[in-house]
Amino acid sequence: MAFAPGDRVRVRPAEKPGHVRTPGYLKGCPGWIEGVLGRFPNPEDLAYGLSGIPEKKLYRVGFRQTDLWDGYDGPASDLLYADIYEHWLAPEGEA
Amino acid sequence: MSEGHPHEEIRQERSPYAARIRAMETLLVEKGVLTEAEIQDRIEYMESRSPANGAKLVARAWTDPAFKERLLSDAKAAARELGLDPTHEAELIVMENMPDTHNLIVCTLCSCYPRAILGRPPDWYKSFEYRSRAVREPRAVMREFGFEPPEGVEVAVHDSTADARYMVLPMRPSATEDMSEEELAALVTRDALIGVSVPRAQSRAA
Repeated sequence: MAFAPGDRVRVRPAEKPGHVRTPGYLKGCPGWIEGVLGRFPNPEDLAYGLSGIPEKKLYRVGFRQTDLWDGYDGPASDLLYADIYEHWLAPEGEA
Repeated sequence: MSEGHPHEEIRQERSPYAARIRAMETLLVEKGVLTEAEIQDRIEYMESRSPANGAKLVARAWTDPAFKERLLSDAKAAARELGLDPTHEAELIVMENMPDTHNLIVCTLCSCYPRAILGRPPDWYKSFEYRSRAVREPRAVMREFGFEPPEGVEVAVHDSTADARYMVLPMRPSATEDMSEEELAALVTRDALIGVSVPRAQSRAA
């Protein structure tokens, strides 16, 4: 699944044991593709001495803080960005 | 300190973490995975990096708009222009503070930090408290560092979760028009490069 800047996405609420690069507080949350950082060996495999191949596409994903936290103490315009690998993202309506 | 024993054993030497690291180091050397020289090289590499490198980049960006554009579009290439060595497998991205946007850097998963430029992160950056609160309540965290974004300024938190490292390009403080690049660099603190604070012209004014 490839995404383009501006696409609405949702972080997959999947459970995966061990070394993952998607923080728990973002799982299930809606956001958008802010940019594409490129392809990198999958760090979730590298951590176990594997090759990390095939490389995974890494996206900068934007979120509204008020979508992440109940009772967020700040303006609705406050944002959070995280770098999320493609296999953790789905189109917003699908995840 | 009040006891004043200058030859007292350094506290870290006795901590279980230090003992564990020493044991691992000894084993790695014994098994031929690493040499003492390689470990020493790595320590020297880290010691040779400091927030002064980041301050140098910021001061140049404040005084040279073309350099600023290059810093924002390809931070590693810009760092090399100033004689710095940004070599690292991760990308280096500089986020510019704007009149309406303030940036804050954190790594909630561990302690990712632009070490190739800034060296080791401060201990608080690695603490569970900072890592959990910087994303959940960034404004409260900044207040504790003595900084409150002005009314109408949006806060953008960057969680360094993967293969990019982030540094903030703060805004140039007002009333610094007459300052040299070196004087400007002296205003740029490590905290401002992380985004928990901003440079203040008064702090170093004579």
